[in-house]
Amino acid sequence: MSEELTDAKKRAIRRDAIGLGVGTGAYALSFGALSVSAGLSIWQTQALSLLMFTGASQFALIAILGAGGGAVVAVATAALVGSRNAFYSIHMVRVLRPSGWRRLAAAQLTIDESTGMAVGHDETDAGARLAFWSTGIAIFICWNVGTLIGAVAAGLLDDPAVLGLDAAGPAAFLALIWPRLTSWSMRAVFAVSMACAVAFTPFWRPGIPVLIAGAAGVATGLLLALPELRRARGGGAA
Amino acid sequence: MIWTIVIVASIVCYGIKLGGYSVPQRWLDQPVAQRVTVLMPVALLSALVGLWTFTSGTTVEVNARVVGLATAVVLLVVRAPFLVVILGAAFVTAGLRALGWMP
Repeated sequence: MSEELTDAKKRAIRRDAIGLGVGTGAYALSFGALSVSAGLSIWQTQALSLLMFTGASQFALIAILGAGGGAVVAVATAALVGSRNAFYSIHMVRVLRPSGWRRLAAAQLTIDESTGMAVGHDETDAGARLAFWSTGIAIFICWNVGTLIGAVAAGLLDDPAVLGLDAAGPAAFLALIWPRLTSWSMRAVFAVSMACAVAFTPFWRPGIPVLIAGAAGVATGLLLALPELRRARGGGAA
Repeated sequence: MIWTIVIVASIVCYGIKLGGYSVPQRWLDQPVAQRVTVLMPVALLSALVGLWTFTSGTTVEVNARVVGLATAVVLLVVRAPFLVVILGAAFVTAGLRALGWMP
C-alpha cells in the first residue's frame, strides 16, 4: 500500500474530485433555495453549509423546520442522518492517520463523497489520501458557493427535479461504490443495504432506515466473510 | 430559535465526525473491525442509493429517477467517465419529465 502515485493517476483523481465538486455544487444550489423557502435566512442557510457540511443532514434539518417540526426532532434527525459520518471517519482515520489541526479539518471534510472517493482509490494509501482531501476541499468550496447562489436566487431553482438533479445524487454514489462491487459478497452487501433502506422507509423516521440498512449490509458482508475470518484467526500464528 | 437549532445541530454533526477519529487504534486492529470499516461505507452508500432512487419522503415510489439510475448503471458498465455518468443520469431523468412520460 505504499507505492508511488503516477502523475496521470494524480490528475485523474483531481479531475474526478473537481467533477464531483461541481456536481455537488449544483445540488447545493437547490439546498440554498429550499432552505430559504423553508423559512431560514440566507445566513442561517450558509451557516449550515459551512458548519454542518453534511448534505443529507442539512436537507433533513430544513425539511423538518419547514414542516414546523420541533427543535429536538430537528437536531436528532440531523444527527441520525449524519451518524454514518462517524463510521466514515473510523474508516478514514486508518488511511489518513491525521494529527493536530489536520485531524480537525479531516473530521469536517469526512462526508459521503470524500470517503467514497477514498474507498474508490484505496489500491494505494497515497491515492486514497489524495482522493479524500481533494474531494473534501473541492466539495466544501463548491457546496458553499452553490448554497450562497441558491439561497440568494431562492425560487429560481426551487424544484431540482426539473433538471434531473435528484437523480444525480444516487448516480454519483453508485459510481463511487462501483469499483468495490467486483466480488459477489460486495454485490450482496449492496443489494441487501439498498433493499432494506427502501423497504424500511415507510416505517421509520427519516435517517433510521439508512442506519438499519447499513447494519444489515455489514452483517451480510461479515456472514459471507466468516470462512475467511475463521482462516485468519486459525492462521494467526503464521 | 432557528439560529440555536442551526448551531447545536452543526456542533452535534461535527462531534459525530470527530468521534470516529478518536476511537483507540487498537479497536481497529481486529480482523472483524477492519472488515466492518471496509463494509460500512459501502453498505451506507448503497442504502442511500436505494433511498434517493426509490423513495420520496416516507413513501416508496418509482419515477424517472429509476430510469436515470439505470442509465448510470449502463454508463458504468461501459466505463464512462464519472461526470458523464452523473450528467447522463440527470439528463435522462430530466428528459423523461420534460416529455411527460414519467414524474
